[in-house]
Amino acid sequence: MLIDAWRYILAHPDRFGDALWRHVTLSAAALAIAATIAIPLGIWLAGQARLALVVINATNLGRTLPSLAVLALTMPFLGTGFVPSLFALTLLALPPILINTYTAIRQVDPDVIDAARGMGMTQREITRRVVVPLAVPVIAAGVRIASIQVISGAVLAAYIGGGGLGDFITAGIAMMQLPLLLVGAVPATLLAIGADFLMGRVQRSLRPRGIA
Amino acid sequence: MIRLAALVKHFAGATHPAIDHLDLAVAAGEICVLIGPSGCGKTTTMRMINRLIEPDSGTIELGGRDVTHMDAVELRRGIGYVIQQVGLFPHMTIAANIGTVPHLLGWDDVRIARRVDELLDLVGMAHAAFRDRYPRELSGGQRQRVGVARALAADPPVLLMDEPFGAIDPINRARLQDEFLRIQRKLRKTVVFVTHDIDEAIKVGDRIALLRDGRLVQHATPAEMLAHPADAFVEDFVGADRALKRLSLFRCSELARPGRIEGAPEAPADITARDGLALMLGAGARALNLTGGGVVGIEDFLARDTRSLGGAPAPPARP
Repeated sequence: MLIDAWRYILAHPDRFGDALWRHVTLSAAALAIAATIAIPLGIWLAGQARLALVVINATNLGRTLPSLAVLALTMPFLGTGFVPSLFALTLLALPPILINTYTAIRQVDPDVIDAARGMGMTQREITRRVVVPLAVPVIAAGVRIASIQVISGAVLAAYIGGGGLGDFITAGIAMMQLPLLLVGAVPATLLAIGADFLMGRVQRSLRPRGIA
Repeated sequence: MIRLAALVKHFAGATHPAIDHLDLAVAAGEICVLIGPSGCGKTTTMRMINRLIEPDSGTIELGGRDVTHMDAVELRRGIGYVIQQVGLFPHMTIAANIGTVPHLLGWDDVRIARRVDELLDLVGMAHAAFRDRYPRELSGGQRQRVGVARALAADPPVLLMDEPFGAIDPINRARLQDEFLRIQRKLRKTVVFVTHDIDEAIKVGDRIALLRDGRLVQHATPAEMLAHPADAFVEDFVGADRALKRLSLFRCSELARPGRIEGAPEAPADITARDGLALMLGAGARALNLTGGGVVGIEDFLARDTRSLGGAPAPPARP
């Protein structure tokens, strides 16, 4: 069966290549947008105790929504295709990044911040030179979690016309062709594992020296 | 150098003010120890000097300037700050930690590096061995030394120290206190030093300010406070053994008279009178021969009024 799937890929290199590329770009774009929004937002929220409580709880609630539900919910508003898929995947990637950023900033040792303030650092210098560097490992962990969720969630984008490797899976299911299903499922899995590995490396390299 | 006048701070939700009309002056080059039971306002007082806490009313003058009219960030860069938990930046090397304030002040890298090495040597740490290490690779005592070095980096005239040696074991604490006093003799900073340990206060303080419920109960030299506690609270706070504690402020050599007594134990001339007395009690002897000449007898502790040593007037008769 795997050999049949491999034969299919060899027979349709363009079709497979396009789907793979679509999958990767869709995931990467969603991740990039989510990180751009969630990291600054998380840093800012860490200083707004009351608002943070509301936002973080709402985010946690949003996190419990199944990926397919999020995709399905965007369809009535944005229709089908790349943009709604991107939007839905971005929504999926936001919670882990936001929550990890918020937690990472909050768990920085208050004594370290007190020392920084007492030595005459401005709030901005404290954030940039002390708090964010110390929070980076946990923020990176959030991006790592989000990347896996987005890559697996992107499989479902096929349902709302977003394309990607999910197309093979839905087609394979519809036509009861197991090899075609594997053409989508196996590369998507490998992609998720690869991304996890890569993000793990990134996470380690971003960890400042001196922190265990 | 530092002058607090009619200082009041009332935290929201508290029934009593944390600081209640406090007046306190610290002379240049002097170590003023703020002490008192927890909640007395000693840390609050210290944190108002570098405006980590803003007073409700009253004035704080630093070198003749009212700090409330200064830029808080600018002010803090000119004041060394050491806390009990040290608060070293774990992601920065020892050199980068010590160089924090010089860096903020825009010194060039060569000057900062030179200053860092100088300070590491000053606090008794070989600069070559330590400057590229990280805080977690250091012992508690070493970290606190780095904390002191970091506070001294830009050579500020004023140092604020909040229980700087409180988290260190007793043996290392005594060593750090000795080193700090050695450095202070050299640098003559104006120091506000918060502690809850009366023995530490007696040892490091030029003057002790005893606080209770946000008010100044007594502000005096250690010798004075031990000889003449202002009231029953001070007397209780300094302890029933205050006469013995006072002996730790003097050297045996200050009590010595010429001569030598055969068979008496020998002691270094610079040990404190308290340690000298302890040695006598331990050896069952009535006198000590001091190395380098002179003898101290048990009667010297009684005959000479040691309570008037150190410039304090003779105590009033107590019933």
